Amino acid sequence: MKLRRTMLYVPGNNPNMVKDAHIYRSDSVMFDLEDSVSVREKDSARFLIFHALRCIDYEHTETVVRINGLDTPFGRDDVEAMVRARPDIIRLPKTEKPEDIELIDELITKVEKKSGVEVGSIKLFAAIESARGVVNAYRIASSSERLVGIAFGAEDFVTNLHTHRSKPGTELFTARQEILLAARAAGLHAVDTVFSDITDDEGFREEVQLIKNMGYDGKSVINPRQVGIVHSIYMPSVQEIKTARKIIRAIERAEAEGSGVVAVDGKMIDKPVVDRSRHTLELARASGIYLDEIEEEESNA
Amino acid sequence: MPENAAGRNIPSKIDGLPEIKPFEGAFQNTPLVRKQKGSRTLPRLNKIVDSIEQAVLKSGLKDGMTISFHHHLRNGDMVLNMVMDVISNLGIKGLTVASSSLTSAHSPLVTHIERGVVRRLITSGIRGEPAEAVSRGLLDTPVLFHSHGGRARMIESGELTIDVAFLAVPSCDVYGNANGYTGPSACGSLGYAKVDAVHAEKVVLITDNLVEYPNTPFSIHQDHVDFIVPVDQIGDPQGISAGSLRMTRNPRDILIAQYASHVIEHSGFMEDGFSIQTGSGSISLAVTQFLREVMLRKNFTASFALGGVTGNIVKLHEEGLVKRILDVQSFDQEAIRSIAENRYHTEIDASYYANPHNKGCATNKINVVVLSAMEIDTDFNVNVLTGSDGVIRGASGGHSDTAIGSGISIVVAPLIRGRTATVVDSVDTIITPGETVDVLVTDHGVAVNPRRQDIFDRLKTKHLPIYTIEQLKQKAEKITGVPEPVEFEEKIVGVVEYRDGTIIDVIHQVKE
Repeated sequence: MKLRRTMLYVPGNNPNMVKDAHIYRSDSVMFDLEDSVSVREKDSARFLIFHALRCIDYEHTETVVRINGLDTPFGRDDVEAMVRARPDIIRLPKTEKPEDIELIDELITKVEKKSGVEVGSIKLFAAIESARGVVNAYRIASSSERLVGIAFGAEDFVTNLHTHRSKPGTELFTARQEILLAARAAGLHAVDTVFSDITDDEGFREEVQLIKNMGYDGKSVINPRQVGIVHSIYMPSVQEIKTARKIIRAIERAEAEGSGVVAVDGKMIDKPVVDRSRHTLELARASGIYLDEIEEEESNA
Repeated sequence: MPENAAGRNIPSKIDGLPEIKPFEGAFQNTPLVRKQKGSRTLPRLNKIVDSIEQAVLKSGLKDGMTISFHHHLRNGDMVLNMVMDVISNLGIKGLTVASSSLTSAHSPLVTHIERGVVRRLITSGIRGEPAEAVSRGLLDTPVLFHSHGGRARMIESGELTIDVAFLAVPSCDVYGNANGYTGPSACGSLGYAKVDAVHAEKVVLITDNLVEYPNTPFSIHQDHVDFIVPVDQIGDPQGISAGSLRMTRNPRDILIAQYASHVIEHSGFMEDGFSIQTGSGSISLAVTQFLREVMLRKNFTASFALGGVTGNIVKLHEEGLVKRILDVQSFDQEAIRSIAENRYHTEIDASYYANPHNKGCATNKINVVVLSAMEIDTDFNVNVLTGSDGVIRGASGGHSDTAIGSGISIVVAPLIRGRTATVVDSVDTIITPGETVDVLVTDHGVAVNPRRQDIFDRLKTKHLPIYTIEQLKQKAEKITGVPEPVEFEEKIVGVVEYRDGTIIDVIHQVKE
């Protein structure tokens, strides 16, 4: 099960950060060719990210490239280069309608065929950053087999709404909900927008807690220091882990014995509960919780 | 039977006793006491001389002798340059300068070496212009580099005889009681200077803050001091200490510090009552910060912190998390304030700190030390002295002293600096031998010295990115490539003495 708790922004024109962006252990790193790169540096950033992806081993970290929009002079060149560089995912900014996705899908397929990359191997993330995008969210989410997730971009969105971001985030509530619903309906991941005040750890924590409670899979982060905070909030409690283990063990036992119905502590265990338990243990492992120690503790008790 | 100066008959020989020396008068053999007892005013004795020149002349300094300084005023030091200018003007030549360390404040040394005033340097390190010049072959005799503990050993064993010590002191009375924590040029501990004050043939104190007698508590004692020179200013406060060292916001440093604190927590060496030395680098400061959280969570206190003391350590002390501080060098304003105010923030001298051949030094009692490195090789040898271009730009300091003394020695460094890898096949200059270095913590992962299987076993289940040091080197080289080796001339410009007095490495002149 792929986790996308954190997608770390890395400016595409900063070699020092690009060279080892994975060391902060975010689930994904997102090399940005779009807003963090000035018009004069678009070419050099594209070259840098191309070579980085070809040469550097980012280990288990998922690689994402945010390209420039296809309505800019740079978007198509970005697709040409990036498909050949083979990141795991291309992220399309400012997606407004399903046709945007269909167009990039087509372009990617073309380059994949030309360059001998397996067709369909490059996945897509759509970033929704406008009222129109939000209204079209489900149609966007279900427009391509390549899509694995939707990201919400709130900065452009609030401008479009004629408002600004507030601490409680009231102005984002509907959009967050719409995007999440669309993603889930289409079976995709949903990743929340960035929190830009890197000095406000408390505000950041509150926002992460909020989007986690809403059901989001994770958050885009702009500073490596935010990675640990998100992961700690997504970290299951020891009690949650213990319960999950119990359930998985019961299922394994039942499967071994060929028994169909499973109950733990007098409660029936059905598929959603099992799926949730597996997800909890996956999160625990990724959060660096010492499952062995918990097990030891359990057996001592 | 001869009559002595008191008019008594004293036999010239008494069985069972050594040679008898008859009394010659109260003042005859007590040179410091004023001889005109007839005056009705109480003796206002002092050792003040008018100028550095007077002090140099009275000290009997001659060509070819050895003089010493300390580096507690760090980059703000004015005294070494003032004294060297006077000596140079007096035409004295061929001196050995044994400063506990040399900083970028000491650029004029280059001229003094060129003019033959200085023939040889003995020091923990050199930085800036003199370091560049030495690396390019300025001196005929190689510089002798020592550790802080090694210097104390050298002096106490008599291997290094200091003819005249010129010691800057931030406060001093007319009789030579001096300390480092009061006055406009306060620097905190005078730990390195204390050894010189005790062992040098002649001791000259130079101060910009003459205070009422007795200047208690004192670090340098009146009974060791020959002359005192008041001057306008001994140092620039900006260069003496960092105002207050703030927690870094650099994510890379924070990441390394988090790994290091995780390593310490699970190493088996952090338990209630443990002891620690962290340095003043930004990673070290962050480690201290994270360890505070671990101590609070586990309800541990440390029995003591050693070293180079910073405000972070002081904070832990004042919160009751670190019971005692042993301070050979105070790095920032907070440390300077604390050594003056806190009863259990104790000043120690360099021998107490780290001399390997005394009857017990504090570094031997340390559980955990966090150290830096310019380079570390796959045998865990560490270089903190020469840069990737082979030029001297650092100091041996207490690196090798604490590495061997501690229960676990942890080197923290980014895997790549600029375009060069920190982990290499073989370091340019060995300061600390790999057999005393236990763990390397980088931003890309942690490597445990295979000699420390015990530590490896404790860490392996703790969700740390553990690699072999060879794997870390490969990770770095995949990004940086393998650089061409630096080219050197035949000439040896530096000799690195290990703390026990043996020579561990030599430094060659860099090729232009």
